[in-house]
Amino acid sequence: MATSDNNRRKFMATTLQSVGLTALGGLLWSGYSDEVKASPLVLRPPGAIREEDFLTACIKCGLCAEACQNRDTNIDKETGKARPGTLIMAKGGDHKLIGTPYFIPTEVPCYMCEDIPCVPVCPSGALDMPSLLNEKEELDINKSRMGLAVVHKESCIAFWGIQCDACYRACPLLDEAITLEYRKNERTGKHAFLLPIVHDDVCTGCGLCEMACVTEKPAIFVLPNEVSKGKAGSHYVKGWEKEDEKRLEDAQSEETTTEISEKSPVDYLNIEELY
Amino acid sequence: MALNRREFLKSAAAASAASAAGIAVPSSLSAAATDVQKDWRWDKAACRFCGTGCGIMMATKGEGKDRKIVAVKGDPAAPVNRGLNCIKGYFNAKIMYGSDRLKQPLLRMNKKGEFDKKGNFRPVSWQRAFDEMEKHAKKALKHAGPEGVAVFASGQYTVMEGVAAQKMMKAGFRSNAIDPNARHCMASAVVGFYQTFGVDEPSGCYDDIELTDTVICWGSNMAEMHPILWSRVTDRKLTDPDRVKIVSIQTYTHRTSDIADDEILFSPSTDLAIWNYVAREIVMRDKKGGGTEDIIDWDFVNKHMVFTAGPVNIGYGMRRAGEKSIKEGKYSKAELEIMAKEMETIVSAKEAPALAPYGYKEGDTMKHTAGTLKHWHISFEDYKKSLEPYTLDYVAKISKGDPDEDIEGFKAKLQRLADLYIEKGRKVVSFWTMGMNQHTRGTWVNTLSYNVHFMLNKQAKPGDGAFSLTGQPSACGTAREVGTFTHRLPADMMVKNPKHRAICEKKWMIPAGTLNGVGKQHIMKIHRDIEDGLVKFAWVNVCNPYQDSASATHWIKAAREMDNFIVTSDGYPGISAKVSDLVLPSAMIYEKWGAYGNAERRTQHWRQQVLPVGDAMSDTWQWVEFSKRFTVKDLWGEQKPSGPRKKALPSVIAEAKKMGYSEDTTMFDILFNNKVARTYKKDMNDPIQKGYDDTESLGDVRNVVGSDGKVFKGYGFFIHKYLFEEYAAFTRGHGHDLAPFDMYHKVRGLKWPVVDGKETQWRFNAKYDPYAAKATKETGNSHAFYGTLAKNLLQGSLTAPDKAKGKKALKNKAKIFARPYMDPPEMPDKNYDIWLCTGRVLEHWHSGTMTMRVPELFRAVPEALCYMHPADAKEKGLKQGGLCWVESRRGKIKARVETRGRNRPARGLVFVPWFDEKVFINKVCLDATCPMSKQTDYKKCAVKIYKA
Repeated sequence: MATSDNNRRKFMATTLQSVGLTALGGLLWSGYSDEVKASPLVLRPPGAIREEDFLTACIKCGLCAEACQNRDTNIDKETGKARPGTLIMAKGGDHKLIGTPYFIPTEVPCYMCEDIPCVPVCPSGALDMPSLLNEKEELDINKSRMGLAVVHKESCIAFWGIQCDACYRACPLLDEAITLEYRKNERTGKHAFLLPIVHDDVCTGCGLCEMACVTEKPAIFVLPNEVSKGKAGSHYVKGWEKEDEKRLEDAQSEETTTEISEKSPVDYLNIEELY
Repeated sequence: MALNRREFLKSAAAASAASAAGIAVPSSLSAAATDVQKDWRWDKAACRFCGTGCGIMMATKGEGKDRKIVAVKGDPAAPVNRGLNCIKGYFNAKIMYGSDRLKQPLLRMNKKGEFDKKGNFRPVSWQRAFDEMEKHAKKALKHAGPEGVAVFASGQYTVMEGVAAQKMMKAGFRSNAIDPNARHCMASAVVGFYQTFGVDEPSGCYDDIELTDTVICWGSNMAEMHPILWSRVTDRKLTDPDRVKIVSIQTYTHRTSDIADDEILFSPSTDLAIWNYVAREIVMRDKKGGGTEDIIDWDFVNKHMVFTAGPVNIGYGMRRAGEKSIKEGKYSKAELEIMAKEMETIVSAKEAPALAPYGYKEGDTMKHTAGTLKHWHISFEDYKKSLEPYTLDYVAKISKGDPDEDIEGFKAKLQRLADLYIEKGRKVVSFWTMGMNQHTRGTWVNTLSYNVHFMLNKQAKPGDGAFSLTGQPSACGTAREVGTFTHRLPADMMVKNPKHRAICEKKWMIPAGTLNGVGKQHIMKIHRDIEDGLVKFAWVNVCNPYQDSASATHWIKAAREMDNFIVTSDGYPGISAKVSDLVLPSAMIYEKWGAYGNAERRTQHWRQQVLPVGDAMSDTWQWVEFSKRFTVKDLWGEQKPSGPRKKALPSVIAEAKKMGYSEDTTMFDILFNNKVARTYKKDMNDPIQKGYDDTESLGDVRNVVGSDGKVFKGYGFFIHKYLFEEYAAFTRGHGHDLAPFDMYHKVRGLKWPVVDGKETQWRFNAKYDPYAAKATKETGNSHAFYGTLAKNLLQGSLTAPDKAKGKKALKNKAKIFARPYMDPPEMPDKNYDIWLCTGRVLEHWHSGTMTMRVPELFRAVPEALCYMHPADAKEKGLKQGGLCWVESRRGKIKARVETRGRNRPARGLVFVPWFDEKVFINKVCLDATCPMSKQTDYKKCAVKIYKA
C-alpha cells in the first residue's frame, strides 16, 4: 500500500499545483487556456462525457489516474511494482487543461481493463459510469468510446501489399473493431492484400493498434470522436435499412435559404437586369 | 553490367530454365544488376528469418568499415514473394545494428585474468579465446574422446558455415556430437520423408498453392509463421471463393482460421486419430475395402505403394531409467512421475480402441523399448484392420478440442474434411508446421498424411500433395542437405553407412576409417550428455539452445554448475551467451557470403554486403581458425569406446602418413587449406566477386587481430566457393543436384535437383523430375519414389515381422503406414489441469535475440502473454492483463493473462509464445520427443495456472 499512498500524494501534488496556478491569477492561467483551446486532439479516459462538458465537470482530483496506475493488472513482472499508468494528469506545457486526465496511445495505451478501475472512482461525473453499463448493468469496457482509430492508407504498408496487420493482431476486439479486407494483388498475381478496416461501432479508441503499428509514425492512430467522425445528417437515409430510420427521430422540416433564395419573390421579380 | 560470352551462355541457360518452369526473370538477366541510386549499391539476398525463403534487395552505402546497409526491400523478381515481405523482412538490416552487438570475445575470468567459471565476463583477444577453446576441447577429448566435444548447430547456418562445422567435427574431431536446432523444428518431417519416400525433402513446391482447390492446414499458424505464403493462399481463395476451400485444423483458434471454411479444434495429439479417420473413410467406402464406391486409385497404389507397420511401444524420447543424472538424483519426484512413462504406461480408455489391432486393451501395461525406426511390410488387409477403430463416433469423442462445441456439429466437420480429400477431381494440399512435427508421435503423424494423399493419387502432382512447411531459413539447405545432424553426412548420406563414409572420406581427402559410424548425439542428447558429464566442451553456433530447449533449468544448471566449458558464438547476448564461459562475436547474416535453402528446395546465395561490426568474425572463420589448433596426432589416434559408441575407433595416423600428411599436419591444412581449396582463386575481375568484400578470403580494412595474435590477412583463396562446391559435388547425380556457385549469383534461386540447368518443381513425378523420368522409362509409370533408404524390408503383421518370410524389396515405391493414436506422456490431471502449448508470433523470430532489438517489432509485441479462455481465467480468479503463474512439474514462470486478441484457446488449453526470455516458458515445457525423430514436443504438457 505504500506505493499507493505515494502515488496518491503525487497525484494530490499535481492537483494542488494546478489549483495553485489558478490562484496565481489571470496571466498565467489564460496562457494555458490558450493551449487548451489550441488542442482539440486530447484522448480522455473511458466514460468521459463530451469534451466541453468534461472540462467543466472534471475537478482534477487525479483519482482516475491513480486507480489506473495502481490497478492490480499493472504490476511489473520483474519488480513487482506498478508500471506507469495509462492516464496522465495534464501539467503546464502539456497543451491540455491542467490537471485533467488524458492518455497518449504510443506511450501507454488503454489496456481496456474489464473492471475499469478508473471510472467508478470519479467523484464528479466527468467519467460517466452509466454510459459503460451493458444490458446486464455490468461495467463493460467495450462500451467505452475514448476515440476512434483511423487508418492513413497511404502510409499504411498493408495497403502497399506488405504482410503486416500488426494493428489487427494487437486489437483487443480483433475481428470486430478491426477486420481484414482481402483483395487480390494484381501486381504480383499471386499474393493478396490484407487490409485493416476499423469499425467505429466497435472501436473503443484504446490505442493498442497505434502502439503496435510498425511504421515510423503510426499509420493507424486514435483521434477523439469529435475530430475523427463525420456525420451524414438526416437527409441521407438508408432506404434499404429499416433501422436507419431511427436516426431521423429528431428530423424536422426546415425552411432553407441559399444565395439564390435570399431575396423575396417580389424583389427578385422586380429586378430587370436580364436585358 | 556487361556480360562476357561465357557468362552470357550460363545466364541464358538459367533464364531458359526459369522460363521453362514458368518463372519470370529480371529483364537485366543478371541478379546482381545494380540499380545505382545516388551512391547506393543494391544487391540481392535471401531473408534471414523463416523457411519461406523470400528474396530481398539491400542497399548499402559508404566505404570500408563505414559501408552500412541503408535500405531493404522485397525483391520484385523473386518468385516466392515478388517484392513483398512480412514486417520482419524489412528489418533485415536493423537486426544487425542493435546497440548491444557483441564486438569482441568475452571470457569469464577471475581478478588475476584466469578463466574462472564463476568469474565475470571480460574482453579478451581472439588469440586468448582460441587458446582457451583449444585447452578445454583437448581436456574434453581426453576425458571422453570425440563424444565429449559437442556442437549446438543451426538451421540458420549458411551452407558454408554448415560445411565448415561439419568437416571439423566429423572429419577432424571424429565426433558426431553436432546437431542443429533444426532438430526441434523439422526432424519429424525428415524421418517422415525418409520412412515414406526413402529420401529427405518434400515432393511439391509453393506453386501448388496457385494450382490447388483445397488448402488444409494441420497444426500450422501459416498466417503468422509464413505470412507471404499465407497471402498466396488468401489470393487463391479470393480467385475462386466457392471452389477453393480452406480448412484450419488446430488445437486453438488463431489467425489461420480467419479465412477458413471450417475450423476443427482438436484435443492435443488426436490429429493422429483424425488422419486415420480420413484414411478409414477412404478405405471403408472403397469397393475393395468393403464399400460401394471407387475411391482408391488402385492402379496408382498397386504400382507405387506398399503397406507397412512398426512397433508402437517406443516410448516418448525422454530419459530412460538408469541414466546417470537420474541415478544421481537430479530429477524431482514430480518429474520422475512423468519420466517413468518412458519405460512403461498403462493403456488408457482413450487410446485403447486405437491400440486394439496391435494387441492391447484398456488397463494393459505397455512396456516401452527405446525408440526405433524399424518397420516391415504388412498386407492391405492388416492396414484396413488398423483403421477399423477410427469410426466417426470414436474419433469425434476423443478429438473434439473445444468442450463447449456441439458433438454433432464437430462430426459434420470431420465428415466434410474427409469428403474434401476424397472428392474426385478436387486438388488438395495439406500443409503443416510445428503442430505435426513437435509431437511425441511426430514421425507417425507425418507418415499418416501421405497415406491419405497416396491412396487418392493426390501426392507429387501439381496442386496436390502433403507438404511440411519449414520453420527455419536453411533447415532444408544447411541442416539437412549439408548434413549437420548427428546421424547425417551431405546429400542424404548417413554416418552409419560405411559406403557413405567412404565417399566422404575420399572427397574430404582424409584417411579411410576416420569417420565415426555412431551418430546418436542429437540435440537433446547433447544437453543430457552435458548433464551426465560426458560432454565437457560444447559450442553454440547460430542458435540459442539454452532458451529454446524444454526442461531448460536442467541444462542451464549443468552448464553453470558442472566442470565443462560452454562457448557461444552470437551477434547478441542472449540466454545461451549468459550461461556460457566464453562468448565469441559473430558476423551476422549479410556481413559474410552465404547461401540458404528454403522449404521448397530453393537454394539462394548472397554476397558479403558489409564488413562485420567491431572485431566480429563469421562462424566459418571461427571454425577454420579452430582447425589450426589441432593436428593429426591430436585427433586421429585410436579412440576408446565412449558414450553411445561401443567400439573403438581405429587410429588412422599411419594411413594419414601414407597420404602425405605428417603427425603435425593441422586440420586446417587438411580440411580447409588444401590443394583443391587453393584452386578457387580470388579474382577481383570475376564479375561475381568484383567490388565485394570477402573478409575470410582476403581479410579486410578493420585489420582484426586474429587467432595467432597477428592481423588476419585472409586465406588467400575463395573459401566460400570452395566450401559450397565441395559440398555441391556430393549432391550432383544423386537427385539432390545443385547448380554451380556462379549460377546462383545470377538467378533468384533454383529448386534442386537442378539437372541440365533446369530446376525441379515436383519430385518423383516422371513429367517433372528427370530422376523419376529415368526410373520409369521401362515401366511407363507416372511416378517413381526413387529414394533408397529402407527399401528392403521384412514381412509381417501389425504386431511383428515374420523373419521366416524373408525380405522384400520395394524399389521406386513409397509406403503407407499403419500407425495408431496414442496418448502423449503428460496430460492434464487433477493437479496440473490445463494443456500448455508454445509457439511463435509473427513479429518475433524464434528466441527474439534479433527481433526484440528492433524498436518497431519490440513495440508491436513487447512481451509474451498467456493466452487463455475467459472462462478459465474467471474460474482461476485471473483478470485480463493481470499476472499469473504457469507451473508444471518442471518449473514455473510469470506471465500476463490475455483472454482476447490474436490467439483464442478453448477452455482447457493455454498458449504462451517462447520468444521472450523474460517469460522463459521452456523452464515449464517437457523434453519429451518423438522417439523416432528426437524432435521435442513443445505443443503439449500439463500445467496449473494461478494468480501471481
